[in-house]
Order: sequence, then structure tokens, then C-alpha cells
Amino acid sequence: MAINGIGFELVFFATSLMVVISVVIALGLITPSNHTFLKSFSARNLTSISIVVLLSSILPQFYFLYNEKESFVRWGWVFLISVGLSVILWIIYNRTHFRTRRRVVENIVRGFLLFAAVLAVFITFAIAFSLIYEAVKFFQFVPIMDFLVGTRWSPSAVGDNGLGHFGAVPLFAGTFLITGIAMLIAIPAGLMSAIYLSCYANNRTRDVVKPLLELLAGIPTVVYGFFALVAISPLLQTLGQSVGLPIAAESALGVGIVMGFMIIPYVASLSDDMVSSVPKVLKEGSLALGATYSETIKQVIVPAAFPGIMASFLLAMSRAVGETMIVVMAAGYSARMTFNPLEAVTTVTVQIVSLLTGDQEFSSPKTLAAFALGLMLLLITLTLNMIAMRIVRHYREKYD
Amino acid sequence: MTSQSKIQIKDLNLFYADKQALFDINVEVMEKQVLALIGPSGCGKSSFLRCINRMNDSVEGIRIHGKVLIDKKDIYDKSIDVVSLRTRVGMVFQKPNPFPKSIYDNVAYGPRIHHLFETKAELDYVVEKSLRRAGLWEEVKDRLEHPGTGLSGGQQQRLCIARAIAVNPEIILMDEPCSALDPIATAKVEELIDELREKYTIIIVTHNLQQAARVSQQTAFFHLGRLVEAGETGEIFTNPQDGRTQGYITGRFG
Amino acid sequence: MTKQLQLLRKRNRSETRFRLYGLWTIVVVLTLLGLMLVSIGIRGSSVFQKAFFHVEIEFAQKDIPYDPLHPQESLRKVNFRELIYNSIQHPDTLQRNHIQQLISPGAEIMLYNRVLKKPDMIGGKYFVWIQASDDVDYFLKHPEIKNKPALERRLSDAQMDYLSEQAAIGTLKRKFNWQFFTNGDSRSPELAGIKAALVGSFFTILVTLMLAFPLGIAAAVYIEEFAPRNRFVRFIELNINNLASVPSIVFGLLGLMVFINVMGMPRSSSIVGGLTLAMMIMPTIFIATRSALHTVPKTISRAAEALGASRVQVVFHHKVPLALPGILTGTILGVARALGESAALLMIGMVAFVVDAPTSPRDPATVLPVQIFNWARNPEQGFEDHTAAAIMVLLLFLMVMNVGAIYIRKKFEHRW
Repeated sequence: MAINGIGFELVFFATSLMVVISVVIALGLITPSNHTFLKSFSARNLTSISIVVLLSSILPQFYFLYNEKESFVRWGWVFLISVGLSVILWIIYNRTHFRTRRRVVENIVRGFLLFAAVLAVFITFAIAFSLIYEAVKFFQFVPIMDFLVGTRWSPSAVGDNGLGHFGAVPLFAGTFLITGIAMLIAIPAGLMSAIYLSCYANNRTRDVVKPLLELLAGIPTVVYGFFALVAISPLLQTLGQSVGLPIAAESALGVGIVMGFMIIPYVASLSDDMVSSVPKVLKEGSLALGATYSETIKQVIVPAAFPGIMASFLLAMSRAVGETMIVVMAAGYSARMTFNPLEAVTTVTVQIVSLLTGDQEFSSPKTLAAFALGLMLLLITLTLNMIAMRIVRHYREKYD
Repeated sequence: MTSQSKIQIKDLNLFYADKQALFDINVEVMEKQVLALIGPSGCGKSSFLRCINRMNDSVEGIRIHGKVLIDKKDIYDKSIDVVSLRTRVGMVFQKPNPFPKSIYDNVAYGPRIHHLFETKAELDYVVEKSLRRAGLWEEVKDRLEHPGTGLSGGQQQRLCIARAIAVNPEIILMDEPCSALDPIATAKVEELIDELREKYTIIIVTHNLQQAARVSQQTAFFHLGRLVEAGETGEIFTNPQDGRTQGYITGRFG
Repeated sequence: MTKQLQLLRKRNRSETRFRLYGLWTIVVVLTLLGLMLVSIGIRGSSVFQKAFFHVEIEFAQKDIPYDPLHPQESLRKVNFRELIYNSIQHPDTLQRNHIQQLISPGAEIMLYNRVLKKPDMIGGKYFVWIQASDDVDYFLKHPEIKNKPALERRLSDAQMDYLSEQAAIGTLKRKFNWQFFTNGDSRSPELAGIKAALVGSFFTILVTLMLAFPLGIAAAVYIEEFAPRNRFVRFIELNINNLASVPSIVFGLLGLMVFINVMGMPRSSSIVGGLTLAMMIMPTIFIATRSALHTVPKTISRAAEALGASRVQVVFHHKVPLALPGILTGTILGVARALGESAALLMIGMVAFVVDAPTSPRDPATVLPVQIFNWARNPEQGFEDHTAAAIMVLLLFLMVMNVGAIYIRKKFEHRW
């Protein structure tokens, strides 16, 4: 199956080509005269460009030459192809009229642009295809209904059919329990801070607080995971002990709180956009009738921005469902059907990670199960996102 | 009938950050009369209007010096509550701005937040009365549950007027209420203003000199942040004292 | 009238309450953020300084059978611990044993590396700084533990007296812990460092940038400027917007399937990591580029068109240069996201225990966030501080990138 090696050269050839093109574009852009860039393409310099292409496609090969002695032969043919291509380009170029040349160059540029756009679609297809392909293989081992409605998840145990139990319901229950807790924190906190910032705060406060809130979204999730692991969960446990409540070390509550904290900016920034895009005249209309600010917000602004605010909740939720590092670090690994936030639960993403870390065989149902879970995850997040984007689009059309 | 003085403005100065927008305004408005504010764009008419119900409060970096007396009480006094002030001083905006709610809820909004009724029947009555007074009742009585944003521009503006009078104010401020309307809708709103004069004191900002002449008893002419001339509408239009007023009215600038 | 007044008072109170809720929310959120950063800072900062002893060590020829042909094998046999212990002079044998316990096991490896680099040291006597154990470090930071009962501390009175004495004459000092930046991962916390992870991150981001930057911009330029408004193009657009919301772990699954399973690239390598992350951040760059191009006013391209410029010329002479600040800002933010990403990389096996820094993108590698993840779940005590320190380094990089992005945005911001 593996096309060992060839993929490598292809990838590097392609990347170096793109690097050269982007460097040329960048050079063209930073030179002060507006025409330098065009000249570098169309006037007389394609030869030098082909040389750069040639060199840059060869240079990475030196790298492999240095690292792996046996790749000398491969390096040889890549070198020959590069030389050949460059020579052909050069000959074609010199035999054409300059207007033709310009057209040719422009078509090449357009071609490259189209190629990039199509590649983006290709990524989506690759994701869908690889997930579906592996998931279908998985469903040959485990019937799809067992997976969707089964309530027992223990992939390592040996059941009647010689396989583990792959009932995904507890995983989704755990995922939604944690997501629910996170949303309970993020919705009020995000919405209130958005409202405060766009309706009450003066410019100076806003300029300071907004970047700080955005900082929350920029912090890598592994940091939140660490925070949950060493600070929040132990704290909750101690608190629980002091009031006689048994709280698990990996409780859904602790994970949910930290995750909720993480997604506050997702709720806040989109809600803020939506609240600020409510026309000012509506706000003034209400104030002029003698409504207080909070009455105006609650009865005019928030209802008017409601669809947009909903969309921000959905996007934040999709973030929370797909979030991996916090749960991998601070949530449980064993599947349990419970809605008690004080107990440890596991999630879809935790199970994907635990199924795939360590040695894997691509034919074993355990590995394949990860892809089936990934497919479900993709479907959920895509659905949430599509609904949210649709709402936002309608909303924008309404007030633009 | 001798009118009483309703609003007195004394030495009003207004600054946006470092820029002064209004200079020493002194003017008096009589009860149950219409005062028209005229003048070229950017002369401070709207800023002045918004001082009377303190809509400028929320603008950042604004400073206001001087006195605005309504019934002899300074509205910038610390003891005055903005919210209750605004129930006494209603406002109608340049662009119709109905809330994205039903026609009924639009009119009922004010009475609801101020708890001006005891029963649903009372609220229904207030809504009907306000819509009738705004001359809109016959047009919308069968579709009170439809969104207010679905009405035509003129109807929307009359809805906003109905919304403003539903809380039973004493004064209504109108900021170019007809500038977004077609001539027929404008005529209807002007008619309405004339009727409303029986109950309310009205201050209207307008660009339309004919409109000022038609609806107002008194007129004040603003220029570059200063009140140039104020007086009986007929006097101002036929016999202006100041050269600038004359120039504006005869169309030499504006 | 009094009823109205009461009502008014109630409404004003509820207004104040609502406003305070908002303020309170923001204060709580920011306080939590501050607490998180400060607690990480406090834990992490202890890693950057470590206690060192200044001792004179004799590198006697008889103790070090150095073979220039096989330097590593020959030096590995040397008992450097013995050399260090010999250098400590104390009349009392028992006391000497206790003092020897104050030296970190990492000191041997330091000496090994030093001799390996400079074999001509053999036969001489040199003063070197050798690492002290974590307990010594703790004592230097908290000298007040002296007053605690003997059972509650890990150092004896005699040991503490010795340490105070050494510190007074300057042969015991806290020095900057370079090893944290020059070592790879290790099983013992004093020796573990982030060099391997930093190099791994560098290679990974390099590959990511090389791919995602040109492709993301090109796709956006095509869609925004060249594409006909038809169904296919709307489909591409929708696709890319959706890609931005796909959880990173799904990109990891894709990378595992396509690059490792189908193409057979080496597992755990930075090239696979870079390719995976490139797919992940391409939509970010795409979206930033599109909106940057969108804000360039139409009048500019009309002017160029009126002069007879072709579409390609209009776009690359006028629109792209004007949109460049926005594009760069978006790219930096995308790269910052890739730099902090770990979930996708777990999928393609970048959790390996990597001691030596990779020398090429195809070597097994780890990246900084994954190193943090590995240390965080390591139960050994000292690793918690290391995790925090590594987080500080990661956050520092991210902060630099974000500040850069803000700077570019502010400096080149156009208001049309």
C-alpha cells in the first residue's frame, strides 16, 4: 500500500516550488516600483526563475543525501527531472512573443491559484474519505447499531465475539456532560462580558479588556489541561472533602469548568459583534422612552441580536465537543454511564487518543474504532457549524 | 389663552472633548406650542435637542455647562433621575426605528417598563388610544401582531410617535422626523404634529423651511453652534432681525 | 406618586445590579486568567535557576582511561561520581557521606559531556560548577526551614550548616539553569530540557509555513478575485469555511491515514506533523486573506483596470500589496495556533520520548506542547515545575507572535 519514499520527494518538490513562487511574489511586492514584479515575470527573467526553481528543488535533496546515503539514486532522478523541466521552460519561453508570454505567465499564475483552491476542497474530501473508509471497515467487525446505541465501551475486554465492547453511548454522554458544564459557565460569563464591554465600558476599558479576553483563546489547550490537572481538580477534591462530598480526581465538573473558561472568548467575541451590530437607533429609541440601560439591553438589544448570540453558543459548543487536550489530561479514561458531574467520565476525544497512542495495527478493530469515533465527531461539529453560519448569514443580511 | 413657559435654557454650552459644539444658548419654549429649530447642517440643532432629554449623557468625552429648566427645575441637577426625565420628555428620531417586535409590543413597550397599567384591558386601551392619536389605528388594527418593521416608512414613523406618546410625556422632541419620508407621509406626520400640539409641547428639528413655517408657532435659527435668532415663526420668516437668518431663509446659504 | 417613586427606585437598583454583574463577570474571568498565569509563573520560575557547587576536581589520568578512537564508549566506563566525591573534603567520614548526597546525579553527566568535548582536561585539576540536588535548591530558596522540626525537613542540621557555610564563602550559588535549554527530555527532572522539543517545533512549523502560507493565500486570491460566481466556487468557499471548524484531532486522524498509512512517511517525524498542521491552519490564512482583500476598495482596482492592466496585474500589483498587512496578521495568528497545537500531533505519534534533538524533518521528533503534555502526566514530582517552565517558554513565543501581529495591524492599518 505504502508508496514509500516517492511521496516524500513529491511533497518536497511541490513545497519548494511553492516557496519559490511565494518568494518571487514577496520580492515583487516589497520592491518600491510597481513594475518590478511584473518584469520579473514577463520581461526577460524567466530564465533566472527557472534556475531558482531548479536550485530550490535540488537543495532539499542535498538534505536527504546527507542524511540517508541510499537515497542518492532517487536524488539523481529528481535532479534530472528538475533540469529537464527548467530547460523546457526556458526554450518555450524564449520562442514566444512577449504578449503571448504574458498570457502564458498569467495562465500559469491562474492555474496555480485554482490548484490551491481545489487542494483545499481535496483536504475536505480526504478527511471525509479516510474517516468513512476506515469507519466502514470498522462496521464490518462491529454492527453499526451496536456502536450507536450500545451502552458498554471497553475496547480491550474480550466479549462473546472475541472483540471488545464498542458501544459509544457512554462516550457521547460523557462528552455532552462536560460540554454542558462548560456551556453553563461560558454562556453567562461570555454573554455578560460581551454586554458589559459593548454597552457599558468606556473605550479605555474596552481597549484593555478585549485583548485580554482574546488572550484566553490564544492560550494553547495543553496549558488549560495542565491547569485543570494541577489546580482546579485537586482544589475541587479538597473542597468536596471538607463538606463531605466525594468528588473524583478526574471529575467532569473540574474539566467542564476549565473548558468553560477556555471557550468564554468564543462566546464573548461573536456575541459582542452581534450586540454591536444592533443599530444604534434602536438603543436610543428605547432609552428615549425612559427605559434604563439594562431594560434596553434585556428587552431590545438582546432580542434583536438573539440569532447571532445563538450562533455564538453553537460555535462555542462545537469547540467544546472537539476539544481534546483538556479532557485527555484531566478527564477519566474508563467509560461510565453517568450524569453525575462529580464522577469521572470519558469523552469521544479521550478514547480516540487512547485507542491510537501506542502501537497500532491498521486492521485491528480498536484502531478502526477511533476513525468511527472521529467520523461521528466530525458530523457533530460540522452540523453545529453549518447551523451557526446559516444563522449568522441571515442575521447579517437583516441589518446590513 | 396665554401660554406659560415650559422649558427655559440658560447659557447652555456643550463640548465634545476639546471641540465646543454649542455656545451660550438661551431660549424659552412655551407650553403646548411647537418650536422649530432651523439652520444649516452641523450647526448643533440635534446636539441641542438631545440635551433636553439628556440623550447626550452616554456620549464619551462630552461636557455640558449651563441650565436646562423644565417647569423651573434644572434637569442636570443631581436629584433628577434620567429615566423619569425621559418619561416626561419623549423623542422621535430622524430614521423610523421600530423595535423588531410586533406593532402592539412596540407601543406597549413604554407602558410596560414604567408599569403604567394594572390590567391587560388597560394596556389594550393605552395602545389603542396612542395608535389612534398617531392616526395609525385604522391602518393597523387588524394586524397588531405583525412585526412593526413590516410597515411602510411613514407608518413606521407614526408608530414611533405612537410609541412615544404611549408613556404620556409632556414634551416631545422630534429630530427631523420627516427627512426619511415621502411627501404624502410627510403631510400626514405634519398634520399629526399639529394635532398633538393640543396636549404636548413639541420641539422639532427640521431642514425644511416650509415645514417649519407650517407646523411651528416659534422658530429658532442656529448657526455654527450659536442661537442667532428666536421668536414668533411669522416674525422670523417675514421680518428677520439678523442678516444671517435672512440669508438662510432666502436661500443664500444652507 | 410614592408608588411610582418606589418603582423607579427599584428599577434603578436593578440597573445597578445588572451593571455590577457584568463588571463582576469580567473581573472574575480576568482574575482567573491572572491566577493561572501567576501560578504557572511561580512554579515554572524555579526551574530557571538551580543550585550549583563550585568544586575543584582532579581529572587524574589513572581514573579516566580515555580512548580517542572510541571516546564515548571509553568515557562511559568512567566513574565520575567517584571523582566528585573525592573532591569533597571533610574530616568526618559520616558527614562526608551526607554531603555527597547533596549532589545531583546530573553532575556526573555534566562532567562526562565536558570531558567528551575537551579531552585535554584529563590529567589536570579544574574548578567546575556542579549541580546540587533539588533539596539544596529548596534550602537556598527557603532558608527558614532551618527552624522547622528535624522530622519535617529533608536535610539534617549538619547538612544545613555545611550549606550555609558554603553559601557564605561563595562556593554554593544559584545559577541560571542552561541545561533546561540545552538538554533533551530525560527521565530525571534536573536533567530534562526542552531543546529537542524546540528543534522539533521549529522543523514542524517550518514545514507548515512553507505549505500553508502560499496555498492559503493562493486559494483565497483565486476565490476572491478570479473565480466565477458559480456553484462550484460557492462549494469551495463553504468547504474551506467548514474546515476552519473541524476539531484538530480529526486533522490528526487524516494525517495518520494519508501520510503515514498511505504514503508511508516516517511516524513521529516533523514533516508529517508539519503537513498535518498545514492542513489545519490553511483555512485560517485563507479566511484572513479573503477578508483583507475584501477591505481594499473597489475604486483602486477600477483605476488600475482603466489603465489597461490585466486582472492578474490588478490583483498582484494593487490588491495583494494593500492587503498584505491583514494577510500577515492572519498568518501569524495561524502559525501561533499551530505552535500551540498538540492533539493532532498525538495522533501521528509525536508523543515519542525524544532525548536528542532531531537533525532533519524526517527524524522522530516532539514539539513543545506535546513535551508539556508528556511532562504533565509524568507522576514524578520535579516534572510539575518543568511543565510550568516549558509552558512559560511556549507562552513567551506565542506572546511575541501576537504582539508582532498587533504591531503589524496597527502600523499598516488603513482606514478607507
